Amino acid sequence: MNTVVCMKQVPDTETLIKINPDGTGIVAEGVKWVMGPYDEYGVEEALQQKEKFKAGKVTIASLGPDRAIEAIRTGLAMGADAAVHINDAAFYEKADPYATASVLAAAVKDLEYDVIFCGKQAIDDDSGQVPAILGELLGLPVITQVIKLEVADDKIKATVTREVEGGHAIIEVSLPAILSAQKGLNEPRYASLPGIMKAKKKPVDVKIAGDLGVSGESMTVIKEMSLPPARQAGKIIEGEDAEQKAAALAKALHEEAKLI
Amino acid sequence: MDFELTDEQKMLVETAGNFAKNEFAPVAQELDREEKYPMEIWEKASKLGLVGAWLPEEYGGAGVGFLGNALITEQFARVDLGISLIVAATFGCEAIYWGGTEEQKKKYLPLVAQGSAISAGAFTEPDAGTDVAGARTRAVIDGNDYVINGNKMFITNADVCTFMVTLCVTNPEDEKRYKRYSLIIVGSDRKGVTTTKIHGKMGIRASDTAEVSFEDVRVPRENLVGTSEGQGFYQAMQFFDTTRIMVAAQGAGLAQGALDKSIEYVKERKAFGVPIATFQITQQKLAEMAIRIEATRNLVYKSASYLDNGKVDPTLNAITKYYAGETAVFCANYAVELHGGYGYIDEYDVQRFYRDAKILQIYEGTKEAEVLTIARRLLT
Repeated sequence: MNTVVCMKQVPDTETLIKINPDGTGIVAEGVKWVMGPYDEYGVEEALQQKEKFKAGKVTIASLGPDRAIEAIRTGLAMGADAAVHINDAAFYEKADPYATASVLAAAVKDLEYDVIFCGKQAIDDDSGQVPAILGELLGLPVITQVIKLEVADDKIKATVTREVEGGHAIIEVSLPAILSAQKGLNEPRYASLPGIMKAKKKPVDVKIAGDLGVSGESMTVIKEMSLPPARQAGKIIEGEDAEQKAAALAKALHEEAKLI
Repeated sequence: MDFELTDEQKMLVETAGNFAKNEFAPVAQELDREEKYPMEIWEKASKLGLVGAWLPEEYGGAGVGFLGNALITEQFARVDLGISLIVAATFGCEAIYWGGTEEQKKKYLPLVAQGSAISAGAFTEPDAGTDVAGARTRAVIDGNDYVINGNKMFITNADVCTFMVTLCVTNPEDEKRYKRYSLIIVGSDRKGVTTTKIHGKMGIRASDTAEVSFEDVRVPRENLVGTSEGQGFYQAMQFFDTTRIMVAAQGAGLAQGALDKSIEYVKERKAFGVPIATFQITQQKLAEMAIRIEATRNLVYKSASYLDNGKVDPTLNAITKYYAGETAVFCANYAVELHGGYGYIDEYDVQRFYRDAKILQIYEGTKEAEVLTIARRLLT
């Protein structure tokens, strides 16, 4: 079964994030970059499906600068067969979800695939829009937050379980389709040593603006980025007895915290 | 001189590091308290090719060489030294690799590379540690067999291994003292082999260490490592020259782990209203740890690279092992101090690091032995 896995290289969750001086982005220096954790579920699922069908090609598609090749190689070391690396500053510097999806769509539209996996969101901007926009541009059905996938033997249909508020929804979808991976879909494997040694020999197709025929223009622009406010110290509610304290608390929740 | 790791080596570091963080950290305290060998972790690591990674592909290994193995060892030891010794599941096989026949290599090496077997290196005896030539375990030819009698002490993996590469006296009458020994492969399930686990180790308690006794143990003569008797002492020296570098990698890893934890702690811990990280004595200690770790790491990488390029410098290896042992103990010591009272309780990893570190100055060549090796070379 052939799959494409859209992958974004993002800052590691343990990295200390600093905003750049003009407030439009983060300081890239000193950041540890990793494959997006939700994308990892996508890679793992693609590999498991390939193993189940004992055939097929797993291609990783990623938009990003030079450093993204490390995350791509991690995917290849896990077992993916090939990759497409869209490496053009014209695209990735200010790419919003629409631009990202339009570039990815152009890069993968001629590949053979039964499923395109995405992570449910990238953990830096948490936007979660790329899967849906990608589906719109490629004319494919999209199911998000997938926690279980069963592909029929004929690869024409798949049964997908997705997480919804308070339960699960089980959906039948015709392939090809776009599925975004949620935690719980699988347990991503470690890259094995033989896998690491083979990764460098696997083909990575590098694409630039001229190859793709899209403008990659964003529809939104980041005006300002700031860190969340520093956590305030807790407040001790004063009062002579429980009834007084309760009244004081209710008043604070209403007037100060504006919660009730 | 290119001091950069290759892309594959960088990925190796990342994979080994993630594996250790995810798999070792949750169970390290428990395995240390219970002196339990991490069988499941060894199996998982073997399946990924992380055990016996140094072995060439023709023998089932990943072929990353001793430098690759050192990188894995370092990342593992950074999280827990005791559990990191799963990479020593090939212990003893280095001797088969260097000195065994092609048939022996093809028979035994793939077993450890693929996680079908754990091996042990039975050299040390109750009365002979540094004095390797003081070994008295005797192997006598009887028909098509060797019959082995003797005792070994402090043997890593003895309880969990499938076979042991055993140092025996085979030619006691040889006028040259160093030609009296041979290495013989002994299956741990042979009649007459008894292993008794050693309890109460100060550190590396997740590693298996045992006494072994051989009572009229019969093994086929073809289990002699190599083609002729009398090579055992030299094979043992060559073996230790290799494993010594891995021990140094353990030191580099443990020291780095101690530093990592110390940095994390001193940023959080406050005294007199400010993080203790702002105090100069704290900063001095951290800097001194970092200096020694950087030096240790470079020694390890140089020694391992030499080995991979077919060059063995026993003096360099002695310097590397010595320095790594000192660095590990030094850093673990400061780490406990930086944690204050909390560093004294086993709930904090640095307490375990402190207990674990000491062995690096003792096993596989005591620091005293290394010092004498270096001096001897300087004075010839």
